[in-house]
This record gives sequence, structure tokens and C-alpha cells, in this order.
Amino acid sequence: MNIATKSSFVLNRRHLLGIEGLSFDEIVGLLDLSEEFVALNRQVEKKRTSLRGRTQINLFFESSTRTQSSFELAGKRLGADVMNMAVNSSAMKKGETLIDTAMTLNAMHPDILVMRHHASGAVELLSQKVDGSVINAGDGAHEHPTQALLDALTIRRNKGRIEGLTVAICGDILHSRVARSNIILLNALGARVRLVAPSTLLPAGIERFGVEITRDMREGLAGADIVMMLRLQRERMNGSFVPSVQEYFAYFGLDTRKLAFAKPDALVMHPGPMNRGVEIDSTVADGAQSLIREQVEMGVAVRMAVLEALSRNLPNA
Amino acid sequence: MLSDRRPILLTNARIVDPSRELDFPGDLLIAEGVIRDAKRGIGAAGVPQGTEIVDCKGHIVAPGLVDMRAFIGEPGAEHRETLATASQAAAAGGVTTIVCQPDTDPVIDDHAIVDFILRRARDTAIVRVAPMAALTKGLKGQEMTEIGLLKAAGAVAFTDGLKSVTNAQVMRRALSYARDFDVLIVHHTEDPNLIGEGVMNDGELAARLGLHGIPKASETIMLERDLRLVALTGSRYHAASITCRESLDVLKRAKDQGMPVTASASINHLTLNEIDIGSYRTFFKIAPPLRTNDDRMALAEAVSSGLIDVVMSDHNPQDVETKRLPFAEAAPGAIGLETMLTAGLRLVHSGELPLIRLLGAMSTRPAELLGLPGGTLRAGAPADVIVINPDIPWVLDPDELKSKCKNTPFDEAKMTGRVIRTIVAGRTAYEYA
Repeated sequence: MNIATKSSFVLNRRHLLGIEGLSFDEIVGLLDLSEEFVALNRQVEKKRTSLRGRTQINLFFESSTRTQSSFELAGKRLGADVMNMAVNSSAMKKGETLIDTAMTLNAMHPDILVMRHHASGAVELLSQKVDGSVINAGDGAHEHPTQALLDALTIRRNKGRIEGLTVAICGDILHSRVARSNIILLNALGARVRLVAPSTLLPAGIERFGVEITRDMREGLAGADIVMMLRLQRERMNGSFVPSVQEYFAYFGLDTRKLAFAKPDALVMHPGPMNRGVEIDSTVADGAQSLIREQVEMGVAVRMAVLEALSRNLPNA
Repeated sequence: MLSDRRPILLTNARIVDPSRELDFPGDLLIAEGVIRDAKRGIGAAGVPQGTEIVDCKGHIVAPGLVDMRAFIGEPGAEHRETLATASQAAAAGGVTTIVCQPDTDPVIDDHAIVDFILRRARDTAIVRVAPMAALTKGLKGQEMTEIGLLKAAGAVAFTDGLKSVTNAQVMRRALSYARDFDVLIVHHTEDPNLIGEGVMNDGELAARLGLHGIPKASETIMLERDLRLVALTGSRYHAASITCRESLDVLKRAKDQGMPVTASASINHLTLNEIDIGSYRTFFKIAPPLRTNDDRMALAEAVSSGLIDVVMSDHNPQDVETKRLPFAEAAPGAIGLETMLTAGLRLVHSGELPLIRLLGAMSTRPAELLGLPGGTLRAGAPADVIVINPDIPWVLDPDELKSKCKNTPFDEAKMTGRVIRTIVAGRTAYEYA
């Protein structure tokens, strides 16, 4: 059985650099298109031909397992030729600037560049220098749009809606591109967004993002439909931003006791990779309320939808 | 344990309760560890059977003192002071709660050590002990401690003791994090780079003695910086030891703007000045250093007006090995638990400070800032009460001091007034024979 694409949604832009600037219709259009790929990905025959002849380059300046493999699978299932640039052994290591690398790659005529970089704004810089479409796979602490889309798809499939839900995003907001993209997307779709973090992990001015802010998990999780945990990087745990793993877990780690503050049918999410025993306890991560593995599945579908919707807008499409 | 405590009636007393701005002749009844009542004419007739009746002969009855800054030596330097000896000294000085500092060995930067201090105090001390915990791990000024867990263990505030956190980013994050737990950060405001090799106040006297000076700017710069960070983070902040007029101006500006800022001055800076150093007397070497008499007068005025919230002992026992040295090489610090009140009475007798302000700054205010239940004579409050004879003349004999170390700047000094009884949790912990 082959499922034909029913949605004719086209993303009328060349790049996907962030959730910021996407309209309500564009977000919903991408989510609807993603649903079709969820069904496709569950078939034995997962191949489509919409990107046949296209070249997709994955350019990851920061290591990534799930995002990179998910983009690779997405491109291949749509028929594109996918190349993974191994940045660790590339010219960048030899001192080439980002723009020189971009120009070099551009000379090979890629249609789609998927890029992750540790510096906020680096993906946008690349997009100004190349002829193809650029997809942001995470830039610094700025945006990670496909993560926010896959999170939204996961929520919508489990709760039937996003509007009116209370979503608590907990942990290292300061350094998180996932948090920023999610705040924008969830607000655009009418959810009520709460942030729960110690003051040291909240950027100044975040209260102007249309969110409720609390430093207390009991308060932050009260009545929440979705509890979204963020990863705390190791170098931030030992006294610089929070005193210790022990204290962080005691006050901000999600365990069954804290999860009980949320609604009984609340669902737990995490963009991965998890630090078990730091921001989340294994009983919760592997428990019945966890959507963490489903998020990974949705990731491939959402990335296929983004590739498909952008490619429909490419020249000679 | 409660049953062996007889009720106590302090009768014929001058009741001074700074927490309610009260000063009146009356009686005070204590039973089962708490204050039952403080009013005119309770009388011997209205008290439970077996009550100990103490005729105060018109002397002052006030809340027990809460000393917000005392350096003990336990654990790690028990030869200087233990919780037991410090508590003996405290009781003799009218201090019913010692707030000990975290610069022990090991440093109080782990909740297990807070627990150790509280247990040791319970078992060996005759007054209450409330530990402050370190603000940064190992007092190194680099990584914040487990503020939440330490508070839960019983730490009443956070400080790096005699060290300043020089890295503004570390201080900012610590303040920011501390705000979430509503804890008080107490900070020593001295820029170590400006202290340099300095050992006393910078100025003519240091020049004449040939000693390196410490400018007042070392204090005001750190204080100014801290207040900017408080404005950024909104945390509760307490300057640990203010010494000069310039700092008072800075402090006043912050308070006028409604910032959550408070400050202490040590009894040494309120009653002594740099001239007391005389010919290199190391018992007058303290940190931060004694300033000029003009600064001293400004501090007394600031305590009187409430600009300085707290007067503390800055108790810092040093033995002969660390004090009987050339001035520049001697360790800073002076003991003070036993003498803070009697020294403070000098200011009362000279008319520089009203009695109720002095007592308030030594009991009510520190209790409020640290969230401790004492510092008041209200009914229901813990029965931490002192009786003071403000007029008795005496000469301080260091051999009679209870502290293990005798480094008192009031060595052989003529004093007027002293504590004649100290009651902790309803039990008499000290009585002047």
C-alpha cells in the first residue's frame, strides 16, 4: 500500500531558519503534512520520489545523533542524494572560515543545506551566501525549528489539540534553542507556556516572551498538560549556573513526586539526549506518561515534511 | 528536659524591648522555655509554684543578643576556640545566639557540616548556635555552594567570611540563585587587590608607623559593585562589616532607593579607631582595619539612625603564636563575644547612641534578618533574655575571659556596665557573682 500525498502544502520561502516569522497557517500546514509522513514511515515501503535528483548536504558543526540521522533518513526516504559533511575532519578544522566553506559547498550545487552550528546566527549567515534552501538544525541558543515542530506534532497527536493546553518547559532555558523555538510555536498555536528554572538559567527579558515564569516546580507544574524537560549540560552543573547535580535534581529534576503536581494525564517530553538523574529520573523517562521515544519517531516525519514543503518551492520543482 | 527548668520571674526590672520600642518598669515571666509575659506588676502572687523569683533591682531586662558574626574554630582549629568555649564567652557577654562563620576546616560548604555544627552545638554549647554556610565552594570565590540544600540543613545565611568574591560574574550568579531560595547573602566588602600588602588604615598614621595602608576605597568599590549586582538580581544582601563614612553614603543611597540591602558594623569599629594601634599593638589589628575617629563617629550615628542595622562582635580568636609578631605579620582579629555589650555601653554612656538602638542592633535586627525567633520580649518568644547592670564599674582582666584566646583590644580597659544574668531557652546560662 502506498499513501499518496494529499496535502499540497507549499512553504513559500526559500529557507527554514526559525519558527519566528512562520505564520499560523504555515505551522499547521507543516504539521498536517507531517501526519502523512508518519503513516508512510510506518509502512514497509517508505520511499518517495519527490526529491529525486536533489542534493542534500548535512553540515553539522556540532555533534548530533538524532537530528542528523533523522535529517539523513528523511532526505533519503524522499529520494534525495544525501551527503553528511564530517566537520571534524573537514577544511574548517584547517582554519577555513564558515563563509569559505559555504562558498565551496555552494559550488557543488546542493539544493538543500541542513546546518547545525554552535554560534547563534551562523545558519542565517550561511543562508545569505548560498543558492539552495537552508534548514536550521539548531544554531547556538537561538532556534531549533524542526524540534519545535516535532514537539508540537507529538503533543497534537496525543492531546488532539494544542490550543488551551498548559505546557511547562523546565530547566536550562538560558542556553536552550529548543526552549526558544517551542515558546514561539506554542504561543502561536494558543498554548499557555510556563517556564520553570532557577534564575541563573533564565535569560534577562524572557518575561516579555508571553510566558509565565516560576522558580518552583510545584507551582510550575500545577495543572500542566505537558511537562517538557530540557537538558542541562555538564559544564553548567558544578557551581557556575547551579551548585551541583544533587541540588539541581532535588529542586528541578523531574521525578514521580514532582510529576504528581501536574495533571494526572500530563505527558512528559524531552528533546534528548537525556541526563538521567540530573534533569529527569528514569522512572519518569521510561514511564507510561513519557512521550520521549515518540518524539524521535515524529522527528523523521516532520523533517520529511519540511524538506518536501521547501522543495516544492525550489526552482524547477 | 523541659521539666528541670523552673519558671523564672524577673521582677523590679527595667524592661527594654527594641522589637516593640518599649522601655518601661515591669516584670517578666518565663516558663517552659518561652516568655510568658512582660508587663507592669505581674508580682510573685500570680506565678506558678516553684518559680524562681529574681529581684532585678531596677536593672535592664532585654532580649538576648544575636551576634551575627563570630569566627569560631570548630571544626579544624579547636586550639583557638570550640563551640563550647565560645558559648561560655557568649553567655558571659549576654549573647544567646552565636551566628558562626563558615571559614572552618573543613569549610561549612556541605550540608553534612552544617549538621555537624548543629549537633556539636546541641551537645556542647550553652547558648544557641546558628551557622552561616559558605557562598562559594571552599571559600574560593569560584563556584556557588548548594544553597538550597544548605538552607534546608539549617544554614541561616551565606557568606565567604573574611573573603570577598572578586569575580563579579560569580557574585551575580550566586545572588541570582540565592534569590530563588530567599536567603540572605552576607558579603565582606574589601577588594583584595586594593588591600595589597596593607595592614592598617591608609593615611598619615600608617605613613608614620611605616606600615602599608588599606584605602577606604577598597571597601566602597566592592560595596558599590555589589549594590549594582543587587539592583540587577533583586537579592537580599548584607554588607558584613562597614567601617567608613564613604561607605555609609553609598549604603544610604541604596536604602533610599528601597533596595533589599542591610549592613553591619563591628563593635570594634564603633568603639576604637586607628590611633589605638599606638605602638604596633597587634590586638588592634583587625580586618577590615580600624579607621579614623571621624569614621567611628559616623558609624555610631548610623547605628543610631538605623542606617547600620546590626552591630556584631566580629569575634576572632587568635593565640599568641599568631598575635605576638611584628604588626605586619600578625594575624588580624579580636575576640568580642564577651565584651560587645559592655563596649557598646560606652556609646550609651557617652550619649552617642540610645540604649534601645544599641540593643536593637544587637538582637532584634539580626534576628529579623536571619529569620530567627529571638530578639524580642514578646509573649511566646523563646526565653532568651539578659539582665544588664549598666552602671557597674570594672576593669577587664583577660585572665577572667572565658574565650580560649585572650586577644582582646579591651585588655585592662575600664568598663562601665555588664551582663549580670543570661537566660537561654528559659535556663540560666550565666550569672555574675
